[in-house]
Amino acid sequence: MTAGSNSGLSVSDLKFNYGQKQALKGVSFDLPKGQFCALLGPNGAGKSTLVSLLTRLLVAPGGSIHVAGQDLRTTPYKALARLGVVFQQPTLDLDLTVRQNLAYFAALHGLPRRDVPKRITAALERLEMAERADEKVRALNGGHRRRTELARALLHNPEVLLLDEPTVGLDAAARANITAHVHDLADQGLCVLWTTHLTDEVRDSDHLLVLHQGEILTEGTCGAIRGDQDLSDWFLTQTRAPS
Amino acid sequence: MTAWINVMRAIVGREFLRFVHQRERFLSALVRPLVWLLIFAAGFRAALGISIIPPYQTYITYETYIVPGLCAMILLFNGMQSSLSLVYDREMGSMRLLLTSPLPRWWLLFCRLIGSSAISVLQVYTFLAIAALFDITMPLMGYVAALPSLFLGGIMLGALGLVLSSFVRQLENFAGVMNFVIFPMFFLSSALYPLWRMAESSELLHDICALNPFTHVVELIRFSLYLQINPIALLWVLGTSLVFCLAAVWGYDPARAMMKRKG
Repeated sequence: MTAGSNSGLSVSDLKFNYGQKQALKGVSFDLPKGQFCALLGPNGAGKSTLVSLLTRLLVAPGGSIHVAGQDLRTTPYKALARLGVVFQQPTLDLDLTVRQNLAYFAALHGLPRRDVPKRITAALERLEMAERADEKVRALNGGHRRRTELARALLHNPEVLLLDEPTVGLDAAARANITAHVHDLADQGLCVLWTTHLTDEVRDSDHLLVLHQGEILTEGTCGAIRGDQDLSDWFLTQTRAPS
Repeated sequence: MTAWINVMRAIVGREFLRFVHQRERFLSALVRPLVWLLIFAAGFRAALGISIIPPYQTYITYETYIVPGLCAMILLFNGMQSSLSLVYDREMGSMRLLLTSPLPRWWLLFCRLIGSSAISVLQVYTFLAIAALFDITMPLMGYVAALPSLFLGGIMLGALGLVLSSFVRQLENFAGVMNFVIFPMFFLSSALYPLWRMAESSELLHDICALNPFTHVVELIRFSLYLQINPIALLWVLGTSLVFCLAAVWGYDPARAMMKRKG
């Protein structure tokens, strides 16, 4: 595995079992910086397991993961420092303010204290959340909470952004807002991996990975993969078929 | 190194903020030992006479005897409470944030342990202050001398909580675990009665009490409150703390099977 300067997220022959059950059966893909990649898969496809492995909540017995050229197995802390994550489950402390939540995260990532206020202001402004900085998270709606989590994930200027079903529980407007914003981030050079089971979040120009029963079913540009079919219909046909 | 200290400051600070937000937790942590001290001890004063045993140099009241045990009880309950909140954090997802920090996991867990122990110690001193209002006092310098013992006890019992939280998958299973840990640990110790009393009833129970690390936390606190060091208790508590800390790091190792959770 090379650690090229344009290397975003590289996964090679990743396997993982829960006891006897194979959750991932040799998953491989390579995403450069500046690419928005949608990882589409039905429930139970192995998306959550893959996210746990990419964030080192679990360690796979086989295969390798490189984040911006850093091997997650041999240099885990360097790799994690280059990774921004928005988890599917909310991970904000509801009793703290938006700013306190971000400051806590900044400390967890070892950012220099004197830079933190500036970084927080910049991250919140980017997400149009600056005026809510001193509100308690409990007072925010679902969309604003998600935006806070996204701002937080960008605080340490990661090179790879991983979002695990980030629009779950959001209304249509908030979903569209977050999806558009993350596409902009990819245009600005970030490598984005967006896991979802919602086909309407994927654009034709996006790179698409389809995960089914622990394997990559297909990979390519979304428009080319779906052809004339609606992506939703194509996806249903593919994931219904026995593999 | 600055990054490590920043993380320590953030995690300990968050523990304090969380504690401040949970006033009922603070109250219940105080009410429990006070009930023992002011009601239970008053009732049992006549039944349980205490002879002169080290570190005491005169006859003491039963209330005075159980104060160190109740201090340790606060540490024990707080350690379990902290463990419960770790399981809650894992269920709710915020544990993920902690564990994806680009710093060694053992350091993150250690910071968490320091934070929860500091809060435990704060609660103990509040309890001692209230006890003093009821004329149950220790030598003045004893309150200062007990600080390291209290902190060490907090580390040991907090580390036990960490170990438990790495094994217990779901919140709903936690009550059972607490009952299996807290009650045997507390009652099979020298918190409420001296070990020689236990020996009069059963040698076996006495031996179990003597092997219970919680007994040694109680004795470490008891001796330090009277400006003395109990070396055996100190070694027991240091050794047990080390074992629990290593077990916690092992339990939270991402490559370990016990952390594997579907979904």
